[in-house]
Amino acid sequence: MTSMNVVVCVKQIPDPAGVMKLDPGTHNLVREGKLILDDSDTYGVEMGLQLAEQAGGGEVTLVSMAPNSETSGLRQALAMGAVKAILVSDPSLAGSDALGTAKVLAAAIKRAEPDLVLTATESTDGYTGTIPVQIAELLGMPSVTFSKKVTVAGDKLTVERQTEEGYDEVEVPLPAVISVTAGVVEPRYPSFKGIMAAKGKPVDELTVADLGLDAGSVGAAGAGQEVTAVTPAEARKAGEIVVDEGEGFQQVVAYLERIKVI
Amino acid sequence: MALNTIWVVVDRTGDKVASVAFELLTKARQLAGSVEAITWGDASGIADQIGAYGASALHTTGDLGGALPGPAVAGAIAAQISGGRAPDAIFLAQSYNGRDIAGRLSARIDKPALTNIVGLAEGDGGLVSEHAIFGGTEILNAKFNGSGPGIYVIRAKSFGPEESGGGAASVDTWDVPDLGAVGGAKIVSSHVEETSGPKLDEAAVVVSGGRGLGDADSYKLIEDLAKLLKGAPGASRAIVDAGWVPYSHQVGQTGKTVKPTVYIACGISGATQHMVGMKSAKNIIAINKDQEAPIFSIADLGIVGDVKKVLPALIEALQKRG
Ligand SMILES: Cc1cc2nc3c(=O)[nH]c(=O)nc-3n(C[C@H](O)[C@H](O)[C@H](O)COP(=O)(O)OP(=O)(O)OC[C@H]3O[C@@H](n4cnc5c(N)ncnc54)[C@H](O)[C@@H]3O)c2cc1C
Ligand SMILES: Nc1ncnc2c1ncn2[C@@H]1O[C@H](COP(=O)(O)O)[C@@H](O)[C@H]1O
Repeated sequence: MTSMNVVVCVKQIPDPAGVMKLDPGTHNLVREGKLILDDSDTYGVEMGLQLAEQAGGGEVTLVSMAPNSETSGLRQALAMGAVKAILVSDPSLAGSDALGTAKVLAAAIKRAEPDLVLTATESTDGYTGTIPVQIAELLGMPSVTFSKKVTVAGDKLTVERQTEEGYDEVEVPLPAVISVTAGVVEPRYPSFKGIMAAKGKPVDELTVADLGLDAGSVGAAGAGQEVTAVTPAEARKAGEIVVDEGEGFQQVVAYLERIKVI
Repeated sequence: MALNTIWVVVDRTGDKVASVAFELLTKARQLAGSVEAITWGDASGIADQIGAYGASALHTTGDLGGALPGPAVAGAIAAQISGGRAPDAIFLAQSYNGRDIAGRLSARIDKPALTNIVGLAEGDGGLVSEHAIFGGTEILNAKFNGSGPGIYVIRAKSFGPEESGGGAASVDTWDVPDLGAVGGAKIVSSHVEETSGPKLDEAAVVVSGGRGLGDADSYKLIEDLAKLLKGAPGASRAIVDAGWVPYSHQVGQTGKTVKPTVYIACGISGATQHMVGMKSAKNIIAINKDQEAPIFSIADLGIVGDVKKVLPALIEALQKRG
């Protein structure tokens, strides 16, 4: 390939370092305040930039679905080098399940006519891990999930896919959807120039109607599952804590003896 | 019983059935009058085992010619459903292939999937699923609200496997519809990482190392201790991503779920994604130099100290005992 247009799905999420909570009424994750780029998606962005460079042409377009026209996370990925973004933001999308989200993302991705779609293996806040494959099915594309190495070979990709016992080498024709694991590449830090440039890069904001989707099939209205209860789990009690002053190992030996492991 | 029929997708590597399949078959049998299993590749070689856990039938897509199972298995199941043979529920493992099949199937039959399930019970006129959220500090219950079969994606070790004493499952082949482009991903070669000793998710003792080890070479301390205790070495994601150890060592949300007699966490902070994979261990020992590390909040024994000092001393003491 002499040119490769890549779409990278990037999720904008509440800061995982903060306190995560559910809305007591709707049981949706509270997504107020500033959202940030899901760290898991920085690997896809980096991978997309590298593959476009290797192909000798093409560009990286971001696709994100987020509430309240949120762009903070998109700006971060644009600063890394993506050229533009498609953002789907619509109040009717609150409470979407994974399939609803995949329908929205697939419709947005289609507009960019990509040769390759990259996602993370799973998002930090939702972690269903099914959205990448749902997108692939909706777009009629093959997919390889859990990819830990991706190389371009003509109009095909060669992918090392994680397995229970090691990895499989998988060949897949393009266009395809690939979900990458953390650690697949080393994400670059945005440069000062990149950060400045990102401010002027185009973000195309769309609604559900713009995408031609039926509002009843996405968001809470289209969600085919519901939360019935949220309760505190039985807490595991903390035990004995000892500060090691050279004898700490003996406590471990004694404990292992007590539980008859040795 | 609230349900008539449950289909269980049986994950496998070659002729070896993944242990989670037996867990799902056992649970399905407790919830429904009839359990049928679905797999790919040769089925006759595993029909005895599948039957022994209570499935009356084992359907296979047949040989996939190297293709990844997701599209073909989902296609075959969807074709059965549109042919009017829908079960009440479909169980899959939250594994590499399980997620692929569930995602494809969900889009094909236009039904969502409930994922990361750790418990299931009858209630509300159907099945209510249980999910551990926020690192297992809260339990969320959910259910499907539409008609048609629910897709349940279940984490390993959520249910205990128990044989039913049933005879071999009857075997037949399910047609795979023409997949077109979506079936294009093909395995060209498989690489097996060498391991010795017990398997991580089956071992009675698991010794795991994290970034607190400082460098890749220090992982040898973890391996040595695991060997002395006849256990398996594990890892946090941080050191897997750093390339110190292969992914197969990872414990946690994206890695393995373990339930050993004792879990020894060395230089691991205790991130929520790590804890969901090990907090059901019978005993937890943590060694960390930071007294505030979250891992201490679930440890039965916590040693506030340097792993590079505590581990060599512990290894030496155990070696002396012989
Ligand atoms: C979607 C998603 C999925 C994830 N899945 C997983 C998963 O499956 N498994 C997983 O483990 N993580 C997972 N993570 C990552 C997780 O959030 C943490 O980043 C990771 O577990 C941290 O690994 P760590 O404890 O080794 O490193 P750190 O958090 O850096 O902790 C290192 C610890 O070592 C201690 N330490 C340092 N030096 C010493 C010393 N000399 N002696 C003793 N202690 C020392 C420090 O006090 C610290 O507590 C996931 C994250 C996301 C977003
Ligand atoms: N709202 C979203 N916007 C953009 N990408 C998303 C969104 N939700 C999920 N994804 C992508 O799909 C991956 C898997 O998500 P999940 O199925 O939630 O684990 C994520 O890591 C993202 O790459």
